[in-house]
Amino acid sequence: MDLILNRYRNLTALVAAIFVQLVLLAYQVKSNQEVRLIRVWAVSAVTPLARLLEGGRSGTVNFFRDYFVLLDVREQNKRLQTDLNRVQLENQVMRAELDTAERGKALSIFQEQSGMKTIPARIIGNSPGSNGRVVLIDRGTGSGIQPGMAVITPDGIVGKIVSAYPYASNLLLITDPTFAAGVLSQKNRVHGTLKGTGNSSVIVDYVQNEQNVEVGEWFYTAGDDRIFPKGLLAGTVTAVRPGRTVKEISLSPSGLQHGLEDVLVILEGDHKPIPDLPPPNQSVHLQPLPPAEGDAGLAGDPLNTAHNTSNNSGGAQTDLDREVERTRRIGEDQKHVFGERGRGAPDFNKVPDPSVSRPAAAPAPRP
Amino acid sequence: MSDLSAGFSEPPRRRKVSKFRWVTLVGIPLAAILFQVYVPRFFTYLAYLEMPLLVTVYFSLRRRSPPFGVVFGMCIGLAQDSLSNHPLGMFGIVKTLVGYFAASVSQRFEATSALLRLVLAFFFFFFHQFFYWVLASALLGQTVSFEPVQTLVLGVLNAAVAVPLFRILDKLDVTE
Repeated sequence: MDLILNRYRNLTALVAAIFVQLVLLAYQVKSNQEVRLIRVWAVSAVTPLARLLEGGRSGTVNFFRDYFVLLDVREQNKRLQTDLNRVQLENQVMRAELDTAERGKALSIFQEQSGMKTIPARIIGNSPGSNGRVVLIDRGTGSGIQPGMAVITPDGIVGKIVSAYPYASNLLLITDPTFAAGVLSQKNRVHGTLKGTGNSSVIVDYVQNEQNVEVGEWFYTAGDDRIFPKGLLAGTVTAVRPGRTVKEISLSPSGLQHGLEDVLVILEGDHKPIPDLPPPNQSVHLQPLPPAEGDAGLAGDPLNTAHNTSNNSGGAQTDLDREVERTRRIGEDQKHVFGERGRGAPDFNKVPDPSVSRPAAAPAPRP
Repeated sequence: MSDLSAGFSEPPRRRKVSKFRWVTLVGIPLAAILFQVYVPRFFTYLAYLEMPLLVTVYFSLRRRSPPFGVVFGMCIGLAQDSLSNHPLGMFGIVKTLVGYFAASVSQRFEATSALLRLVLAFFFFFFHQFFYWVLASALLGQTVSFEPVQTLVLGVLNAAVAVPLFRILDKLDVTE
């Protein structure tokens, strides 16, 4: 036996290595569990180096941008006009600061207004292999991240966490072929399954040919996949074709349209109704606040108008806030002081005069 | 062509086995994996480069030991698997085979000529991609697309990068 093993030493080593890995592979496929320890070691080894590289890259880029480019501009402008040079330099620095501040502000505003508990994260690397669409983010289990958590930007959904390590996590993008999430169309309330294609676009599957979906229509998350809360933007329909059994719907993912750098991981989601209007096109990318459920019959109701005004101004953010505001206005209109003994209750069916000036809505304290 | 024939004609017993510092044997594969993880994020057109594969081929060719090729390929492949979303072992098995065959080839040929290195890098890239597709389809039941023409083109590009890369790595050889 030893003679045979020595004689075929090379082949024995190959067969042993392949056999060990096949057993490892079979165990993972059979038990549907990953060998976490090896992955933790690998990611923990790579993450500090990736952070170091990212720090070095951004430092170098900033150095070249802030020093050499500006030095060059300064030299050119010295020949032309010294004063103009100084103004241009100041302008560039301020613009860069403004861009950074706006991006951070957009994320921060969205984080506050979404009503969800989220944590910001930065993308620090890609996953090896050209087949998948998985990226590495700089937050892990130490920040409360767990596999299965949804990841979004103010523009829409981005993907989900597939594995979390102490200081980093793998984020499966919605463009990955293995990604799937339940979605609902905004206009016709058509239910489907969003799937990645491996390209920059995604598709919505399992929509019957008889159902009506239009180009330009928005799709929102349906909330039934237990990953994404209901009411998050998924994307806009770019093409619809009748298929053999189901419709072929292509979607442009809204969450990826401005590139990926900073994202939000949803720690605790909050289901929201699908809005009746598509999201407004504004410079700060905020998801629209949903109208109150069952307000369809109150189109001419001044209180309802007040709700919308309040929504746009960012005052009342939840249904409870709007209800508190409505009650307060009815009380003011009928000169009723809430909480006073022997006064009973005001007439809640009496709509107050819309011409009465209303003070700026202060957000009610949340229970 | 004469370069290639020169590589083939050397007698087997006179071939030297290259030696590298352990820092090189650990650092270069780590750098190759980091390259694949980090660089395509900013230069997407470099995503086609399979640096871990090229490094596996190079060290297996230089060390001329199939057991070394097996272990080296397995370690790089498993490290790659650990950072990806696949089950552990997919890249591991493929790179184990690449390491083994590259080391076996080097026992017969002196792989120092640029042309031979070009051919071997191209062949092993195609082998790597094809065998990965076979494994993903057969073992995992995944519907992964395999496009031969695209793979051939990428193979040529990887081989073109392999030749100067191998030349640079030759400088790290500490054989007396």
